[in-house]
Amino acid sequence: MAGNAEEIKLIDENGRRVDGRKPDELRKIKIEAGVLHRAEGSCYLEWGGNKVVAAVYGPREAIPKHIQDPVKAIVNARYNMAAFSVEDRKKPGPDRRSREISKVTSEALERVIITDLFPRASIDVNIEILDAEAGTRCAGLTAAAVALADAGIPMRDIPVACAAGKIGAEVVDGKVKGGCIVLDLCKEEDNYGNADLPVAIAPRTDEILLLQMDGHLTYEEFEEALELAIKGCHIVSKLQREALLRKYQPDVEENL
Amino acid sequence: MTIVPTLKKDYIYKLAGQGKRIDGRAFDEYRPIVIEPGIIRKAEGSARVKIGNTQVVTGIKMDVGEPYPDTPESGVITTSAELIPMASPDFEAGPPQEDAIELARVVDRGIRESEVIKLEELCIEPGEKIWIIFIDIHVIDYDGNLFDCASLASLAALYTTMVPAEKFDLGDDYPLPMRDEPPISCTAAKFNDAVVFDPILDEEEIAEARLTVATDVNGDIRAMQKGLSGGFTVEEVKKVIKGAVVNGREIREKLWDSVKKAKEEKGE
Repeated sequence: MAGNAEEIKLIDENGRRVDGRKPDELRKIKIEAGVLHRAEGSCYLEWGGNKVVAAVYGPREAIPKHIQDPVKAIVNARYNMAAFSVEDRKKPGPDRRSREISKVTSEALERVIITDLFPRASIDVNIEILDAEAGTRCAGLTAAAVALADAGIPMRDIPVACAAGKIGAEVVDGKVKGGCIVLDLCKEEDNYGNADLPVAIAPRTDEILLLQMDGHLTYEEFEEALELAIKGCHIVSKLQREALLRKYQPDVEENL
Repeated sequence: MTIVPTLKKDYIYKLAGQGKRIDGRAFDEYRPIVIEPGIIRKAEGSARVKIGNTQVVTGIKMDVGEPYPDTPESGVITTSAELIPMASPDFEAGPPQEDAIELARVVDRGIRESEVIKLEELCIEPGEKIWIIFIDIHVIDYDGNLFDCASLASLAALYTTMVPAEKFDLGDDYPLPMRDEPPISCTAAKFNDAVVFDPILDEEEIAEARLTVATDVNGDIRAMQKGLSGGFTVEEVKKVIKGAVVNGREIREKLWDSVKKAKEEKGE
């Protein structure tokens, strides 16, 4: 993450970022629940330049049989980037990065899904990144959560993810000086910033479901960044609920 | 298979004998078509096409590469299709299966044989450097008739593609050189002696035979592909071709409208 901090000024004198946002401001987010016909539940999400579709199948019999768990369902999230979603065409199929993201996302979702209701079943969550611009794993998990709710999968909470990070620091004599903790890094900030901290939580309890970090943060900075990321999560969580209500409220009112 | 789909298929089969379809369409009628070009910012060109519930996203990426020895002055097209598990409970992750390969090849052939891309203008240095066009077809919701949906999405994406010359220090970006006469492919399926256009998935699953016909602006036939183990009579084939011309004309106009609108929005 070391950067050409000199070449690109990530934050100006007025505290504005390269895309004009304030430090604690999210990119524009649009969420729509139930966009696909075949899937049990689905979600389309735009988050800045990211465009993500998530679809849920199951609970259904886990195949092959040896992956079945006799006491609970397995949660199988699959994060996949479209070949055309990035600057240089990505070779189709899973690579090490997407396998890792699939794994941490599966684990985060499994924590909130009431899996012991469905022994020997699998709940399959497909996350397709159609257009990518920093923060795809957070966008993917957030979309997956809405798709799970849309599919009617019993959950303790609707998980949500958001990243915080640090930008604009300078390295002087091997020591990091300055810098600003910001919410929801954009592409330039991801490339030339100092740290990235994606976080997923269960918003009712603030339990942390996913936490990763790369870059360089002091303890105080980490605290600040984590607090900011959780704040971001709660804003996104509201948008998730609104998207679900938009789809289901008309039905509810009709049946009253 | 559970019992409900079996009953439903039985019902669809019987309806066909009475000249009806389960969704109320006429035999030669398409579902509503929505074409949205330019939806992927990172791609050089892109489009989402919905035919009824079926939904395909095609993205175009371009790169500089070496030409094939037998065509040293011509660009190269590479088409791939992914039937991702999102689109259907029956699709599995992993390397492309037979169906995905057939889909990619049928779309590829339609674009290649019609010479709709001016490949001869995509040469940078004869024998050394040419443009490679990657056409990536992403099926995200599968309710039948992938051939037509994927072909249409690929055409809409190509007509709105900008060659990324600037990225490779080759001057300004410019629109991909295309000819204005795209053949449009139309697919029909046959079951219980009925031939229906734009089959939904339930119809495809009981189909005995399938025929895709691509026709051009003059109503001439530019490509055909028959699938499945059943047969067609000569009369039926003629009927499919006539229907393909009529539907193709309408779809071509939809394609032009959406491409024109997308270009106006971009300010070209």
